[in-house]
Amino acid sequence: MSSAIQARFRIERRDFSLAVDLTLPGRGITALFGHSGSGKTTCLRAMAGLERAADGYFAIGDEVWQDEAAGCFVPTHQRALGVVFQEASLFPHLSVRGNMEFGQKRASTAGLRFALPEIAEMLGIDHLLARNPAQLSGGERQRVAIARALLAGPQILLMDEPLAALDLKRKLEILPYLERLHRELAIPIIYVSHAPDEVARLADHLVLLDDGKVVASGRLNEVLSRIDLPSAFADDAGVVIEASVAAHEADDLTRLEFPGGTIFVSRHDEPVGTFLRCRIHARDVSLALVPQVHTSILNCVGAVVVDLAPTATPGHVLVKLDVAGEPLLARITRRSAERLGIRPGLALRAQIKAVALLA
Amino acid sequence: MESTDLAAVWLTLKLATVVTTLLLVVGTPIAWWLARTRSPFKGMVGAIVALPLVLPPTVLGFYMLLTMGPHGPLGQLTQALGLGLLPFTFPGLVIASVFYSLPFVVQPIQNAFEAIGERPLEVAATLRASPWDAFWSVAVPLARPGFLSGAILGFAHTVGEFGIVLMIGGNIPEKTRVVSVQIYDHVEALEYTQAHWLAGGMVLFSFVVLLGLYTFNPARRKAL
Repeated sequence: MSSAIQARFRIERRDFSLAVDLTLPGRGITALFGHSGSGKTTCLRAMAGLERAADGYFAIGDEVWQDEAAGCFVPTHQRALGVVFQEASLFPHLSVRGNMEFGQKRASTAGLRFALPEIAEMLGIDHLLARNPAQLSGGERQRVAIARALLAGPQILLMDEPLAALDLKRKLEILPYLERLHRELAIPIIYVSHAPDEVARLADHLVLLDDGKVVASGRLNEVLSRIDLPSAFADDAGVVIEASVAAHEADDLTRLEFPGGTIFVSRHDEPVGTFLRCRIHARDVSLALVPQVHTSILNCVGAVVVDLAPTATPGHVLVKLDVAGEPLLARITRRSAERLGIRPGLALRAQIKAVALLA
Repeated sequence: MESTDLAAVWLTLKLATVVTTLLLVVGTPIAWWLARTRSPFKGMVGAIVALPLVLPPTVLGFYMLLTMGPHGPLGQLTQALGLGLLPFTFPGLVIASVFYSLPFVVQPIQNAFEAIGERPLEVAATLRASPWDAFWSVAVPLARPGFLSGAILGFAHTVGEFGIVLMIGGNIPEKTRVVSVQIYDHVEALEYTQAHWLAGGMVLFSFVVLLGLYTFNPARRKAL
């Protein structure tokens, strides 16, 4: 990965301190996840140069934007980046087009180059160009803000909880556009969020922050399936699998294939071969030592126990499983674990009661 | 109206125009600094700018007279530069008026800059605008209502001043005799008709200015 991102920041304030040292992939979406006050927004602002860490280093590939040890700090306006804030923060004195052209006019040729009509079409705002920001809905404003950031020719897109200020309906309206950016953009996106469902849906790489420190950083599933972490996701513990649509069957079920086996979901009209993200919560997975015949649960895969650990729910344990190389989590009662003699290395069947399709 | 009255009206308008222009040039950076600084001197500078709001114009005029006079620092400077002395001249009146009306221009602009907040300027920086660029392309347009209020208040306040004019400008026709002084002269001479014309005109002028200010000043626009 030649264009990997190096980020090292140490910020000390009276009531807060941030100390992170991260190497992040140079493409795809990296989610910075944590509770409010965990330092994720400060970390993003430090990357943007809006916050200057006295001890800091930030580079994308060969391009160094901050290296305090060498006395280097490139001010924000000289960095080829795009930032989308929680509130769209459109300039009220400019039209939608004026907002979008603001960064485009000033962009250097270093970063990504887009034509305005292309971006407007991609974000579904081409019919709004002549409007004033005040005439837009919250979701439309945020899409304009994303378009404006992209037109400035960024080498990296930084998003600070871009959906947090929107209601559920607007969120669902924007998510497909974010997925489209994810598929079509060649630049890395750093995505700050405290919503597990957004992270599960969008992220490739996940950084867990707590109290200004990095608790975990790695591929999404690697981090999601770690059972030794303080329960960041608590009741939402679970993994995300990428499965491809294999067939649509006559009884209104769609068959999905993933390396660990086959799962059936309600009919989902995507063409065969499409990759879909599915989320499987630990609470929806139960374990059986022998294949069950007399059960209504359709989705059943072979798995090997990797490890087990206590969880925040009283009387329960989290079991980490290996399904043909893919991790899976199951949450069962401690009593069941003892009765079945669950231990690392045990081969068994994992029954999946529910699969949430993230698309 | 007599020709001396017309001359006074003309001189007043000229003074107010020059002073307002200078106030915008001088007041804008002060307002910007006051709105954004975290310096410990912020309170002190703010208080000095606001002094004319509470001081009697005669006090301010007295000290300015001393400063500009032959033994004052400014007087010695102007003499050394071969410019002569400022008191009882139009430029002297302009300088005194700029100080006297400064808070009326600085405060609305400062409030407008403060209302913008940090965010639009941060956004501008992330869109490659240098601080100087962002000031002109974002801060000034967003603070427009503040500039409008400041300019109108500065102009109207300069038109209405009296005490400081007497102290610094004296009463020299076509040089320093503005409308407010002319009215005073008329009343002293018991020329009530002429005084009425000018005084009534001032009432009307002030009312129209304030009416415009309250009617047309758009509500502050926030970043959306």
